[in-house]
Amino acid sequence: MSSSPLPPPLQQQRHPGYEEERLRRVAEQLPCREVQAGMLLSLMGEPQQYSLPCIFIYGHRASGKSYVVNVLLKELELPHATISCAECITAALLFEQVLLALFGGDAAATLPRYPSLSDFVRIYRHHRSRAPAEQTRYIVLEKAELLRDMDANLLSVLVRLQELVEDNLTVLLLSELVWDTFRPNTGCLEPLPLHFPDYTKAELHQILSRDRHPSYSADLYASYIHILLGIFYAVCRDLRELRHLAALNFTKFCEPVTEGKAKESDTHKLWRNIEPHLKKAMQTVYLREVSSLEWEKMQQVETETGPLRGLSAHTHVELPFYSKFLLIAAYLASYNPARTDKRFFVKHHGKIKKTKFLKKNEKTSNHLLGPKPFPLDRLLAIFYSVVDSRVAPTASIFSQISSLVTLQLLTQVSHVDQLDAPKYKCAVSMDFICAVSRTVNFDIIKYLYDFL
Amino acid sequence: MGCFVFKPNTKKKKTSSLNDHFTHGCKGAETSDIRFRLFHDLWNKTKTDIEILQDELNKKVLDSLLDFTRKCSITRQHSNWASQMRASEIPTAALMLGVNVPDHDMTFQSLSELLQQSVTPHVVSVQAKECAGKLIHNMEKRVLERLMDTLVAAADDEEEEEIEAAALQQSDTPVHRSVHCSLSVLCEWYNTQTKVGPKSSTPGKKRSSPSKDQYPPVVIIFKDLEAFNQKVLQDFILICSRYVERLPLMFIFGIATSPSTIQHMLPHSVSSLLCIELFQSLSCTHHLATVIDKLILTPKFPFKLSGKVMQVLISLFLYHDFSVRNFIKGVQLALLEHFHSQPLSVLCCKKKEALRNLAQLSHGDLERIRQLPSFTRYTGHWSKFKILCGQKCLHALTSSLPRYPLGKQIRELHLICLEKNVWETEDYQSAMKLLKMLAKDELIALLQKCTEILQPIKSKMMKSAFVQLEDMLNKFKQLDGEMGEASSLTSPLKNFQKKTDLFQLQKALLEMNESRRSKKQSPYENLRSDVLEFIDNLVKSHLPPPESQTLNEVCYYSSSSSVRRHLNATPRTSIQAALSSPYYYLPNESLQTDDGSVSNAAPDICIVHKLHLECGRLINLYDWMQAYSTVVSAAEGNDPDSDNFGKFSSARFIRAVSELEFLGFIKSTKQKTDHVARLTWGGC
Repeated sequence: MSSSPLPPPLQQQRHPGYEEERLRRVAEQLPCREVQAGMLLSLMGEPQQYSLPCIFIYGHRASGKSYVVNVLLKELELPHATISCAECITAALLFEQVLLALFGGDAAATLPRYPSLSDFVRIYRHHRSRAPAEQTRYIVLEKAELLRDMDANLLSVLVRLQELVEDNLTVLLLSELVWDTFRPNTGCLEPLPLHFPDYTKAELHQILSRDRHPSYSADLYASYIHILLGIFYAVCRDLRELRHLAALNFTKFCEPVTEGKAKESDTHKLWRNIEPHLKKAMQTVYLREVSSLEWEKMQQVETETGPLRGLSAHTHVELPFYSKFLLIAAYLASYNPARTDKRFFVKHHGKIKKTKFLKKNEKTSNHLLGPKPFPLDRLLAIFYSVVDSRVAPTASIFSQISSLVTLQLLTQVSHVDQLDAPKYKCAVSMDFICAVSRTVNFDIIKYLYDFL
Repeated sequence: MGCFVFKPNTKKKKTSSLNDHFTHGCKGAETSDIRFRLFHDLWNKTKTDIEILQDELNKKVLDSLLDFTRKCSITRQHSNWASQMRASEIPTAALMLGVNVPDHDMTFQSLSELLQQSVTPHVVSVQAKECAGKLIHNMEKRVLERLMDTLVAAADDEEEEEIEAAALQQSDTPVHRSVHCSLSVLCEWYNTQTKVGPKSSTPGKKRSSPSKDQYPPVVIIFKDLEAFNQKVLQDFILICSRYVERLPLMFIFGIATSPSTIQHMLPHSVSSLLCIELFQSLSCTHHLATVIDKLILTPKFPFKLSGKVMQVLISLFLYHDFSVRNFIKGVQLALLEHFHSQPLSVLCCKKKEALRNLAQLSHGDLERIRQLPSFTRYTGHWSKFKILCGQKCLHALTSSLPRYPLGKQIRELHLICLEKNVWETEDYQSAMKLLKMLAKDELIALLQKCTEILQPIKSKMMKSAFVQLEDMLNKFKQLDGEMGEASSLTSPLKNFQKKTDLFQLQKALLEMNESRRSKKQSPYENLRSDVLEFIDNLVKSHLPPPESQTLNEVCYYSSSSSVRRHLNATPRTSIQAALSSPYYYLPNESLQTDDGSVSNAAPDICIVHKLHLECGRLINLYDWMQAYSTVVSAAEGNDPDSDNFGKFSSARFIRAVSELEFLGFIKSTKQKTDHVARLTWGGC
């Protein structure tokens, strides 16, 4: 842990106004993010000094954005409000959370039922005048990209909130997107962008090695992480995922050691033991085909019962007889041009060759273009000609259509309120419909225009 | 509970039907009372039986679900290193329930009751339609309202099933309204609950086990996962995962289609927050088979369905909805109709009671019995016992044959037996042929099954059949010794065969074949044909269709058309019937016509509809109105050319036309001015 990468340790950088002890603790908690933390600290300045009105922090998932900001604010005991925009879906909720965190419950309670921006500013100023800021107050907005979907002017206001409320206040926007995608049409003050780059492989190794198993040596765990990264680094650089995978497979890695078959120093032996296992994990548990709980169970049982059936292996759906035919009819209606219905479903259509149907732009396969919407009566017409027996148009046929919609095998294209001639699309795959038509002895390929 | 919602209505129907009996003057008052009581008793018994049965069927999957929740909450509290590392995942159970969504309600209800009794008081279930809209707001609100209310109810020491009632109250009294709904509120609430809860725990009767658990999990059940808005669901899971360290959350997804829907609905970034385990519930066809087995193929209930009615109910199930609930409702309907429309159903009960009721029968009833078709061709004694166990035996024998000549499921055999003489069908012949080719051990196993079925039955004839079968089985077993010697004789032959070349082998086989043909049958083969003959006789004597039996009308309900009409409604047909013969729905004498035409006193829409049937694809509105006014004025005795007429009736005409448009018979068209297009074909 003594390795010191290129940037100087945090406590050696000059950040006046903060206690040395606290800076040291912060530095301990933020490995491999010294540069960014240092930059942020210098931007923040001394606690009582005014800071920038708005800082925009961006970087990929699990690059330590929220973590760094939260550790800094907590350890240095600065007044702050941390809010996830995913949770505060309306501006009202956002205001309430901010006031609650900065001024306590009384302030939040004074907000009217449906507060406007000016209400928020008024109340903020009122409380600010009663309790003036001795230190810079911070508002941290995680998942800031969601702010764009809220009230039109909310983002541009938040960027200059410092001016509006006349307070020592800084807004930190955290997002996975770049600022270019945020800029509103009307223009607004540009916040200072601060980029968090992805962790390098060495950095990932350093961070992952920190959460070692208490009953094994740090070296063993570090070598385990080395093997893990060797396999997974090519497909996944998400720290959270890697940490998850490391935790799941460590017991398997230690198995030879606990059973006494190998010593901790036998890295090669351990590697040979774990490598196929990790490769299997890459195809199953990493894709969430198999949940972590099941994965652990599998490790304990240790039986080679063929390939594991993941979530996507279960695609079979039991359907009532007529529902199957409705689905088949919907598929045909979605992937065949309406002009060709006559050729497929009228008994004595004469000889019509495919070339006669071909229009210029229809040479591409309909299956490449995806399903097309069709009206209800076309669906029913195809249905009645596809089903062998005579079917009475009963209420349950119609209710089956709507239950197919709730099962997401069909999707309703027209608006739900439209009662007259609703339109649908078929939402199942070719494989699925082939499997379904096989169960009812229906050769669907013969009826598909693409395969003529 | 939810299953039999229309029960109170049946009572009403019944009482009104009593009046009908009076008007028909068939000495109804007395017997109809008895019949009503019989119906009630029988139905209640059936209902409780079904409920018990369904509980048993669901038991396995529910138990494993409960285990899962318990295990999850335990590992959370006593965590080791590995489980700590993946503590950020929300444990999730994906419960596969099959495509018939309305049937799931019962399962979820018993699931949440079980959870509340044994794992945690904090159980909440949400449905997609309650969380409609594109915002997550609604979903959070539902979850919070219900969770917090359950606990309010629990603290007041009320019964636990108040969740929904409480939620209803909630919508009237805004308690949590002032607070913005968010999970942090829930978190605080949970903390206070777990701090205060166990100490001041109610002197509960059933709640003893949750109080043991310091931090019971909060279980959220998504009843119909497919119907949820994907965005809302993703957001909800994202938010929940932020709180999972403070709040022991747990999800249960009810999935109707297949587990791969989870992957369709949730992107990797969201599904990586879940730890999903699959639970498969019983398939609905299996469920139905058990219900039929326990409900219909049992001598316990005197009431029986005829072949046609069974056919209607089963095809409704297989072709339309896969709903066991609807099947049971169909049985209930048949039961009700039977007691309602068949006066002799008085006798449809236990033997003792039937004798008592028989003594009370009036002269008219006896006369009615004499007129029954089945009585006129009196053939033999009536016993359904034999039929059922005979069927079971035959099924046991045939269900393992290749290609299932008599059906895989017993219900298929049951249907065949109900409709005709089973031994006359081709399938039966082929099944017998196949049985004649069975090897010994297979045959013995099958026969043993038969004897097991026959053993518990007390009737005399069955007893004797049982004894005979046992006898034959013993003979088979005796054969074993002799066969052993025979096989030792053939073994040198086999050795010889191994050494020869292919040609000689063929020759040897041919010779053997011929010798076998000419050879006398082995004792085993003799015995086998004996047994089969015996079985054939059994079938012939015990499995005639019920229609051929005396007084089958007492127990068998056969009006398949009424069942079909009630359960599989055809809205188009009824609309058409109403329009073309209004007398069917409006019993007004002036509407009655004999030749199928519409009387001119019929409602406007009927006249308009009748006239439009005579037109082609496009209808000229003006001509149509002229025709209409002629008809109507003839009815009123007016002169169609008078001024007085037009004002009045054109409004009526327009209204009738727009009603037709609303019903979907015509629509406006732009092809020709003043024309509408017909949307139906055919006519006069």
